[in-house]
Amino acid sequence: MSASTLVSRLEALCGEEYVLTHPHALATYGSDGLAQYHQTPLAVARPATAEQVQAVVRACFEAGVPWVARGAGTGLSGGALPVAEGVLIALSRLRRIIAVDLDDGAVVVEPGVTNLAISRAVSPTHFYPPDPSSQVVCSIGGNVAENSGGAHCFKYGFTTNYVIGLEVVLSDGTVVELDRDAPGYDLLGAFVGSEGTLGVATRIKLRVVPVPESVRTLVAFFEDTSAAGDAVTAIVSAGIVPGAIEMMDRLSIKAAEQATHAGYRLDAGAALIVELDGPEEECTARFEHVMTLCSEAGARDVRVAQSDAERALIWKTRKAAFAAMGRIAPAYYVQDGVIPRTRLSEVLGRIDELATEYGLRVANVFHAGDGNLHPLVCYDAAREGEPERAEELAGLIVKACVEAGGSITGEHGVGVDKKRYMPEMFSEPDLDAFQRLRCAFDPHGLANPGKVMPTPRLCGEVPGPYREHPLERAGVAERF
Amino acid sequence: MLARATADGHTVRLLGGGTKYSWGATGPESPIELCTGRLARIVEHNAGDLTAVLEAGVRLSDAQERFATAGQMLALDPPFASAGSSEAAATIGGIVATGDSGPLRHRYGAPRDLVLGMTVALSDGTISQSGGKVIKNVAGYDLAKLFAGSFGTLGLILSVNVRLHPKPAGNATALGAGEDPETVAAAARSLAAAPLELDALDIAWRAGRGGVLARCAGADPLKRAQRAAQLLRDAGLRDVEATSEDDALWERQRAGQRSSEGALVRVSARPSTLADVLRAAALCDGTVVGRAALGVSYVEVAPDSVQRLLGELPEGARGVLLDAPAQVRSAIDPWGVQEGPALELMRQIKTRFDPAGTCNPRVFVGGI
Repeated sequence: MSASTLVSRLEALCGEEYVLTHPHALATYGSDGLAQYHQTPLAVARPATAEQVQAVVRACFEAGVPWVARGAGTGLSGGALPVAEGVLIALSRLRRIIAVDLDDGAVVVEPGVTNLAISRAVSPTHFYPPDPSSQVVCSIGGNVAENSGGAHCFKYGFTTNYVIGLEVVLSDGTVVELDRDAPGYDLLGAFVGSEGTLGVATRIKLRVVPVPESVRTLVAFFEDTSAAGDAVTAIVSAGIVPGAIEMMDRLSIKAAEQATHAGYRLDAGAALIVELDGPEEECTARFEHVMTLCSEAGARDVRVAQSDAERALIWKTRKAAFAAMGRIAPAYYVQDGVIPRTRLSEVLGRIDELATEYGLRVANVFHAGDGNLHPLVCYDAAREGEPERAEELAGLIVKACVEAGGSITGEHGVGVDKKRYMPEMFSEPDLDAFQRLRCAFDPHGLANPGKVMPTPRLCGEVPGPYREHPLERAGVAERF
Repeated sequence: MLARATADGHTVRLLGGGTKYSWGATGPESPIELCTGRLARIVEHNAGDLTAVLEAGVRLSDAQERFATAGQMLALDPPFASAGSSEAAATIGGIVATGDSGPLRHRYGAPRDLVLGMTVALSDGTISQSGGKVIKNVAGYDLAKLFAGSFGTLGLILSVNVRLHPKPAGNATALGAGEDPETVAAAARSLAAAPLELDALDIAWRAGRGGVLARCAGADPLKRAQRAAQLLRDAGLRDVEATSEDDALWERQRAGQRSSEGALVRVSARPSTLADVLRAAALCDGTVVGRAALGVSYVEVAPDSVQRLLGELPEGARGVLLDAPAQVRSAIDPWGVQEGPALELMRQIKTRFDPAGTCNPRVFVGGI
């Protein structure tokens, strides 16, 4: 099937106006939230229903053309980067909330529904805990693909702990129902976080939980991140599991404060946000304890949110940190490394050393409870060689995280951006086992090829005569 | 050993403590049994990070004793794993491989939710790791979830990296009883929707009478259990009380997840159909324990009532036969999985991970 035949078929399936091929229209979809990667697809298909998604995938399969599913495009690892000569399937029209069933503690939604819309659909009694900073716009389909986290996952867990059912279209167009409690392999668990490489979810069933009775939030200011880290250790060692525990360093406080004017102390070396939620009496008792522990760890100033508005402002400042970085630097690389929390001071010290060595500024915003760092490596693309130096520094930071016993990514995913670091964490036999899973789901490698795995690889053939693979023909992959 | 067996064309039966050995379908006799008993090291306990690395043959009860010294626990409490019990032979490898859990699943999830990473041996001798040792990690495919609950059919779990939680200083439980399945189920539903952060929320049904048990932990568990008790009274349950002396209550719930004489069926159903599951069990003179908010129930019936129970279950419910005498086990497919694309996909996975069919042949769904 030629490219133009495929496009005609997609137009027949989705409607002409929902298949984009004009270069200007395609440019909108050329990148996701990680703008340094850009690729123009053959076409963008915007199906409206699960049936249309299935038909589009099947058409791609029959044409031997790879495809990439895209939600809201807020991902920070290039996971939704299109494939040249492939089809980008944008799921933004699948935004129905299909069922809200609070007696089952569950909702059923289409993948294009935003993360926040799910909590809204079950409010005021329930909520959906995983809350990435982009929750206002990011789609639940993207959350499922990336196994998204957020500020509240130290206590509440990740997307994978909340997905209880999926309808998935495999790369040959087969529709599979995956159910968390169905006997057999946990296909659901394998699918969540697979970054769009095993298929595309067209219906998602999620567990929701009761809204906590009480929420108490404070922000404590410390001399430096080390002192704030001591406070985190003291809190966790006391057996307290905060709903959220987040840290910002001096540079990120400065940037975020300029954006939100929340009154964060600009003379502080670190700000620690601690939020406790739960039953009233539990929350009150623990909150007193947390304030004491912060003071003992050297907090200079502890501010307690006295109203929902004050709490919202504390969070607005934290969640604005990435976007606000534009106020102090023209561009930045964001990393997503994870370390064992107890190695925090040591790794932050190492990052400082590296930043000094490279003559670049690194701001740090992180989920302190689970050791997920978000170092923002600031640079100016106008200065010669600086983007390359920043990228190199970002890479060394990731390596430092892995050397400390951590991970290259805590919530942003591998995508295209971090696949080169995969060998830091995984050996060849480990990667081979990953490939076995991928081949079971997508033996032809059509679903989001070129992501996650450090080198493109093809699946061993099922017995039969050798045929050239579409990706070999396109020069995208070679046979091992 | 696995590679050697595969090369020689032998199959291998994998086991840990052997407490769930009979579960699954009856496979052919294997000439080789591979037991994880000597892989019994607690490799790491990182108290400050709330993580640990356990070899597969570590008894969960032994690991819990170690974690307790730091005021921590692995939030898994299946049968045969209570610290200090002489019968606590269940190993972490076996528990993860079968996906077994207990009442704490209500709050903390199943093994798949607590395993951060895993090292496995595949049937060609490859040793492969996935996941990591930190709480938060999305690098690579989550093979640990695939192996959790796979009944050893993809390879041998060598070690698991797990997330730990603070061990509560104290617990208290609210409980109440009723004779009408709908009243009992509705009482459980009202607790599931309440913002009490229960550690466990169980139902029980024995001899025409049911009960709800809600366990609280934390700063003042008895006070919270009293609040839960009030909700049970409001829902129409009788004999309602709140007690701090609750260990035996929960041990009994765990014991209800096994059957030495009869047949035990694990039922998964929508939580809102719990009353129908209780009615089905009552019709078959069965007893039930289960996780009310998760829709997971363990129903014990006489061996000759298994078929009838499966027929009486509400629409959409699934039953898996766990314990049963051999003659019952051989007469029916314990998994009850229908042919379809999901099963086909599972077969593809088996083929990719264990192409020679060395590991635990034919014990799993669809003859895998």
